[in-house]
Amino acid sequence: MEYQAKELFAKHGVTTTLGVVVETAEAAKAAAEKLGGVTVIKAQVKAGGRGKAGGVKIAKTADEAYEYADAIIGMEIKGLRVNRVLVTPATPPVEEYYFSFLLDRANRSHLCIASVEGGVEIEEVAKTNPEAVRQIPINALEGVTAEKAAEIVDDAKFPAELRDQAIEMVQALWKVYVEEDATLVEVNPLARLEGDKLEALDGKVSLDENASEFRHPHHADFEIREEADPLEAKAKDKGLNYVKLDGQVGIIGNGAGLVMSTLDVVAYAGEAHGGVKPANFLDIGGGANAKVMADGLDVILHDPQVKSVFVNVFGGITACDEVANGIVGALEILGDEASKPLVVRLDGNNVEEGRRILNEAKHPLVTLVDTMDGAADKAAELANA
Amino acid sequence: MTIYLNKDSKIIVQGITGGMGSKHTDLMLQADANIVGGVNARKAGTTIELNGKELPVFGTVEEAMKETDANVSVAFVPPAFTKDACIEAIDAEIPLLVVITEGVPVQDTAELFAYLDGKKTRMIGPNCPGIISPGESLAGITPHTIAGKGPIGLVSKSGTLTYQMMYELRDYGFTTAIGIGGDPIIGTTHIDALEAFENDPETKAIVMIGEIGGDAEERAAAYIAEHVTKPVVGYVAGFTAPEGKTMGHAGAIVSGSSGTAQAKKEALEAAGVKVGKTPSETADLMREIMKSL
Repeated sequence: MEYQAKELFAKHGVTTTLGVVVETAEAAKAAAEKLGGVTVIKAQVKAGGRGKAGGVKIAKTADEAYEYADAIIGMEIKGLRVNRVLVTPATPPVEEYYFSFLLDRANRSHLCIASVEGGVEIEEVAKTNPEAVRQIPINALEGVTAEKAAEIVDDAKFPAELRDQAIEMVQALWKVYVEEDATLVEVNPLARLEGDKLEALDGKVSLDENASEFRHPHHADFEIREEADPLEAKAKDKGLNYVKLDGQVGIIGNGAGLVMSTLDVVAYAGEAHGGVKPANFLDIGGGANAKVMADGLDVILHDPQVKSVFVNVFGGITACDEVANGIVGALEILGDEASKPLVVRLDGNNVEEGRRILNEAKHPLVTLVDTMDGAADKAAELANA
Repeated sequence: MTIYLNKDSKIIVQGITGGMGSKHTDLMLQADANIVGGVNARKAGTTIELNGKELPVFGTVEEAMKETDANVSVAFVPPAFTKDACIEAIDAEIPLLVVITEGVPVQDTAELFAYLDGKKTRMIGPNCPGIISPGESLAGITPHTIAGKGPIGLVSKSGTLTYQMMYELRDYGFTTAIGIGGDPIIGTTHIDALEAFENDPETKAIVMIGEIGGDAEERAAAYIAEHVTKPVVGYVAGFTAPEGKTMGHAGAIVSGSSGTAQAKKEALEAAGVKVGKTPSETADLMREIMKSL
């Protein structure tokens, strides 16, 4: 979110105004009084287009700050509830620029995008006047030195009187990108204020979770729990890779690719069964033991939308007998809480033994189907019953 | 023939003494891979016994290569140390480096990719199952029991979909199946593998598996149209994935219209690639092609 991005900006020496983050209209009024003068009340959600959605207002007085904050807190922007607003002094820009560093997958490196035309309307500028939106590749080994920063600033044609400030800011933004292991650092708008001052008025930072785990444990503080779906939060607590979707067939599988493929196959099968859809993505990874399986089933069975569950496992390194034991063990752990039909498809390593275990367990909720397509069809049928 | 890896490949394992490293070295030996040793600086000079074979542990990749003539390294090194382990292997000029490790920070991989420029090493991965040439060798974690040797080449972003597709087409078998990994930046791409399969006389047809995110499949489609004469069958996972949500792979992020499964499918079909809706339909498409050859 904006205020979090700005915290990271400030930490690495990017000129910005932090403002005050509040969760109530009263606190917004108090913040506006303390800041004095005209303020901007900005909805804090992880979504673009906040201004167009009515989530950004200019308050001339503290009372207006109260009024706007009261209206903004609780509103929904792109399906996200606004729980807090940022109150900052109003600093009307003289000019608006755009600046970002991001991962360039196609060239397997980093890219800088800069434009002195338009700030917020950058996508429009990119369409109508692509030449004005400069794309400058960054060598991942060399990074952004003072020389490279100067090259970027000159290429984007920043005004001469801002050149030194811009070079400094570009280097500071590169520090945010590299030192925080970001995959995106965006300033939009990068504003030229009265008195030729350059400031990051709004920004966005995407962080690489792979790096956060061992290099930046403090990044975990940026997670705001109440915004997550309760089932997703529960899954996260259990260390599961789960995404809630809008559907009726719960999905458990191993490996991200196979699980995505399972969602597709279930959606196709659902077309013949009243249009039922996959209810979630859940990848239990390689170690499909009883505990992980029970945790996964626990999350999925607590999804009130779920009518049936499809367990789709290809035993690669994990043997199917372990997976079968995992399912049987999970159902024992869950006891009466397991209340919805399970369709299981096992293939691969030691599949005969896995199927034997499930057949012998004769659990009333479990149906074993040999093929992925057949199992998806069965699960969709049960969800439509 | 196979691509990148064959029965003569001499393999060392970086991180051979770790849990993953030793477990999978054992499995690679069961697949008849010619594992000649391992690397762990802290255990240099010792040996480790796996699958009844006494393997020497060296202090560096350079030393291991000098002593064993190894030409392939498989890295099972924790993500915090992966970059340094890879740089060591690249500096030692190992011809093939297979990086299994999941969770490598993408900026580390970006640095590695820049570092590879002009060097003698081909890197596969990170975050991949590695490469198997059934009946000849295995450098990675793909189960060697799924399918045998045959005329199909397979390249895939996803590990379990590699296994699924090998299983579906086990009646034909594979020259080589390569899992390139689903991370946003990887060492070997679909295009690299397509080029190698095109040049391999024993590979008669190619299966290419992609998933949502990025534009690697679109670029591969353009490459196929221009350079690949062998029949290619495709599969793309993630048609029903919602926009803007990450599903497991760092790479599998959909943002906006570019990178969707639909866009990838259309690009592949425009290049003459038959694209299956499901893994089994994809396998059927391949069977039809094999029958007509």
